[in-house]
Amino acid sequence: MLHTVNKSPFERNSLNTCLGLVKPGSAVLLIEDGVVGAIKGTAIEDQLIQAMQSCKLYVLGPDLAARGLAEDKLLDGIQVVDYGGFVDLVAEHTSVQSWL
Amino acid sequence: MSEGVIKKFMYVNRKPPYGTVYALESLEVVLIGAAFDQDVSLAFIGDGVYQLTAGQSTGGIGMKNFSPTYNALGDYDITKLYVEKESLEERGLAIDDLMEVVYEDEDEDYAEKPSIRLVSRAELADIMAEQDVLLNF
Amino acid sequence: MATISVGGKDIEVDEEGYLVNLSDWSKEVAAFLAGQDELELSDAHWEIIDFLREYYDEYQIAPAVRVLTKAVGKKVGKDKGNSKYLYELFPYGPGKQACRFAGLPKPTGCI
Repeated sequence: MLHTVNKSPFERNSLNTCLGLVKPGSAVLLIEDGVVGAIKGTAIEDQLIQAMQSCKLYVLGPDLAARGLAEDKLLDGIQVVDYGGFVDLVAEHTSVQSWL
Repeated sequence: MSEGVIKKFMYVNRKPPYGTVYALESLEVVLIGAAFDQDVSLAFIGDGVYQLTAGQSTGGIGMKNFSPTYNALGDYDITKLYVEKESLEERGLAIDDLMEVVYEDEDEDYAEKPSIRLVSRAELADIMAEQDVLLNF
Repeated sequence: MATISVGGKDIEVDEEGYLVNLSDWSKEVAAFLAGQDELELSDAHWEIIDFLREYYDEYQIAPAVRVLTKAVGKKVGKDKGNSKYLYELFPYGPGKQACRFAGLPKPTGCI
């Protein structure tokens, strides 16, 4: 399953709830305000590193750029995708869950 | 969606009622969507568990109390309301704090059966993984 | 907002003729609304209207037609729990028309 999260983890619990319910082998894509959780040195860094043991983490590049967050700030292991990559992720997974 | 194919739909509820319109909107979408005869279930996680508390009384805030409507879901063949145990516990609540939601089992002479199913986070993750369509509110 | 006048009282209705305030309902109002559709309410009509009002009172929604059909069959007899019977009573649709007479909002999901 592909999970998308569009809220900042510092404002809402969407990402936290999502990570509590993902199955190994799932993909999590951070979009919109959700991208702010993808950078190094945040309060949720350890949680993301832990999640990446069993899941793949992605972040949507245009949303990152829009917020002035450079790709070199990203936590190691998180992959940047563009809109085409977003579409590919949707196509690769049998279902999508959008965490709001 | 091709005709005749039954898919598993899960509506995931994560917001308390009344403060925002999400809970009510979700319920309306569930009722409307029920016309399509799919395999529908509801999940209540996080603050969504507050949607099912017993004894809701909205007279003082001038809003309609829509909690009785959950008990109509059985008439729409929606009989699976999953409540995450951890979410209840984190909020100092237990299953006894929730209202009773029942459905009538037509195959057993309309015997009333509970619709609410208490599940752990791990169990819910498994159930979510089986779904074809998940809609978050 | 349109109004109807029943028994000397002005009652608000929406653009489709449904009561704006559920508390305005009375048997006279129901009969008046039926009269607008050139229907005279029989005991068979009242059976359905009473059922709808009880359902709304308990669940806070007007039931979808298929739910109504099933429930009527269970409550007042299998011979009445079919859409033919209900459409004969309420030719404009048991959901739409009967709910209007019963003073309820249009059923959720009824377009």
